[in-house]
Amino acid sequence: MTLTAKPPAMPSADEPGPPAASARPKRTRNPRTWVRGGGLSTLVFLAPMLVVFGFFSWSPIVQSVIMSLQKTNLLDPPTWVGLDNFANVLSDPLLGTAVVNTLYFAGLALVLGFPLPIIMAVLMSEVRRGKGFYSALAYLPVVIPPVVAVLLWKVFFDASPTGLFNTILGWVGIPPQPWLQSPATAMPSLVLEATWAAAGGSIIIYLAALLSVPPELYDAAEVDGASIWRKIWHVTLPQLRGILFIMLILQIIGTAQVFLEPYLFTGGGPNNATVTILLLIYRYAFQNSLGGDYGEATALSVMLAVVLALLSWLYFKLTERWSS
Amino acid sequence: MKSSRTVAIAGLAAIAMVGSLAACSAGASSESGKTELRVATFPPGADEAAYTAFAEQEKQFEAEHEDIDIIGVEYEWEGPTFAVQLAGGSLPDVFTVPFTDAKTLLENGQLMDVTDEIDELGYTDKFNPIILDAVKDGDRIYGFPRQAYAMGLHYNRTLFEAAGLDPDSPPTTWDEVREAAKAISEQTGKAGFMEMTQNNTGGWQLTAATVARGGSIQEDNGDGTYTSTIANDATASALEFLQALRWEDDSLGSNMLLDWGTINQEFAAGNIGMYSSGSDVYTALVRDFSLNPDDYGLTVVPVENGGGTLGGGDIAVVSPTVDDTTKAAAVTWIDWYYMQKLLDEDAAVLDAKTLAESDQAVGTPVLPVLDRETYEESLTWIEPYINVPREQMTPFIDGVWEQTPVGEPKSKTQEIYALLDTVVQAVLTDRNADIDTLLAQADLDAQALLDQ
Repeated sequence: MTLTAKPPAMPSADEPGPPAASARPKRTRNPRTWVRGGGLSTLVFLAPMLVVFGFFSWSPIVQSVIMSLQKTNLLDPPTWVGLDNFANVLSDPLLGTAVVNTLYFAGLALVLGFPLPIIMAVLMSEVRRGKGFYSALAYLPVVIPPVVAVLLWKVFFDASPTGLFNTILGWVGIPPQPWLQSPATAMPSLVLEATWAAAGGSIIIYLAALLSVPPELYDAAEVDGASIWRKIWHVTLPQLRGILFIMLILQIIGTAQVFLEPYLFTGGGPNNATVTILLLIYRYAFQNSLGGDYGEATALSVMLAVVLALLSWLYFKLTERWSS
Repeated sequence: MKSSRTVAIAGLAAIAMVGSLAACSAGASSESGKTELRVATFPPGADEAAYTAFAEQEKQFEAEHEDIDIIGVEYEWEGPTFAVQLAGGSLPDVFTVPFTDAKTLLENGQLMDVTDEIDELGYTDKFNPIILDAVKDGDRIYGFPRQAYAMGLHYNRTLFEAAGLDPDSPPTTWDEVREAAKAISEQTGKAGFMEMTQNNTGGWQLTAATVARGGSIQEDNGDGTYTSTIANDATASALEFLQALRWEDDSLGSNMLLDWGTINQEFAAGNIGMYSSGSDVYTALVRDFSLNPDDYGLTVVPVENGGGTLGGGDIAVVSPTVDDTTKAAAVTWIDWYYMQKLLDEDAAVLDAKTLAESDQAVGTPVLPVLDRETYEESLTWIEPYINVPREQMTPFIDGVWEQTPVGEPKSKTQEIYALLDTVVQAVLTDRNADIDTLLAQADLDAQALLDQ
């Protein structure tokens, strides 16, 4: 890959330009003024970043799009197959299940995982002493490597009556639950762990955002006789709305790409109850075809990326008015 | 001058960056003039003694073949790792692949043709034809079958005793398996029997259970087309067996999401009474999962209605990307490391002695890749070095010759196994699962795959 520091084509000074609207002296722009104005050093400073992003991010993205139109065995030159990969993916009976499961995960994570960090952050911001201790405690799960966390929770989710969670449930008279071992409870179990693992990061962000709420607003509300709940509802949440909207879309994008939990906890089971879109992509690419279906894997990836990009655009359009 | 200095610093940074990227792509080359051959050794986590034995064998080989430099590479057959290593060019030059995946690799054109080399070595007619079939596409051969197994029923002798059962007379019918499983789970609180369900092993084991009951999940029409026969009585009966153990007897324990590795782990830890897997798994159980040999027992899988035992094994293959010199070295290594010990007394004794000195398993029961006579003769050569408790495997060693080995389904094997994983999981995790409906659906889906 070569990068030439070629200055962008600029209309030269002697080119006939549009007639000047005013008598203001016209600024001539040519390569020399561009260099003198810092254009070259900007580009050279940018070059390492452009190379790294180009090489490790953009080039794989472009290659994925190309691969989605090809068939390859990772050995011989790939052959062009048009939209066949897309057609194969769309006719896979498991695709519907994966989409529904992913939406289910995203929905559950939204209901359980979105409000929880907000509530925790608001409560923690009210704590007078040991705020740092509580923040550290909340953030601790984020520090644990995700794979280790999942393997730990796999032990907690042991479905026998002697499993950790089942023992705790037993103390309050609740019968043992199957957790990961039943199609009905597997996905909620995954969401439980995912929420535990991710909440800490969100709490820290909300705590930081809460600091930016001007204290005068609370004082004014207090003078008006507002209760704590009214203060939260009418002062805190409206002040946080910008960050809330961003966190919401980030969570939606994140949960649409859930892979780690279903892959490590259940492998998509039981009975396909936790097969998600990303897990399906992984299966196409590696599991059954041993690299023979990379085309289908990239086709589904491209479709997911397009849907998420559209969703994000739509989301920002819809919330433009409220978040400003 | 400030701006020119800034440009200079930025330029240096850019050069450093490009330089380090270029360094990433620089490859290693042999300085000694020898052919470097990267060969697969053992899975991550293998016993250190296994590497000691390997180092000794490496020395022996290099003394005989001075122009080849062997480099052992930690290796475990994993589909995803294979695909990534193939794409990234870091696949070992020699590695092993299970029969069951070899078919997919053949379909994808990802194996090196070694027909001429096998011919030259004079092995073509010596291989058991049923086994050689697994690595053939037309009349071309794509690997050296190096070890084969029949399905066996592995059991924990200690749990058998704790449940009041006689470990020297293990179950011989599926009904007896059920009774023993129930006794073990009631008396010891451990899983009496367990079945693999994940990562296509559920389908593999359901196919084995089908074959043992006289059924088959796929028919070869002989014209390149295949018909799915998943919805058959034998498969239904295998699932009913699991359903009864799970929901009537509660003798399958609490973890219904196990695969080859995790079920071995559970068995080696003494949490499982019985499970079905390849007869050669003992080596891995001791080497990779720290099984206590005294716990181990092996018998044949019960067969009924004219059924057989599902066979399998693995083949030694050459990476499809190597050049001719490396390919020749690779074939020399495969012949020395994997094949000669099956044929030649001196090689067999040297291999057994080296392994035994490092406490590696010698004498694990397998199926012969050549013929039964050569196999049994080779056992007499290495008799002084046999260190696996073969007396605890007598029911298998005596019984396996009575059973007919049956090959795995030929077309879309892994994808159909993946479909059947779901069926097995449904039966084990949903009390109301309807076996006939599940099989009818799986049959439809499998036929759609076969028709692709």
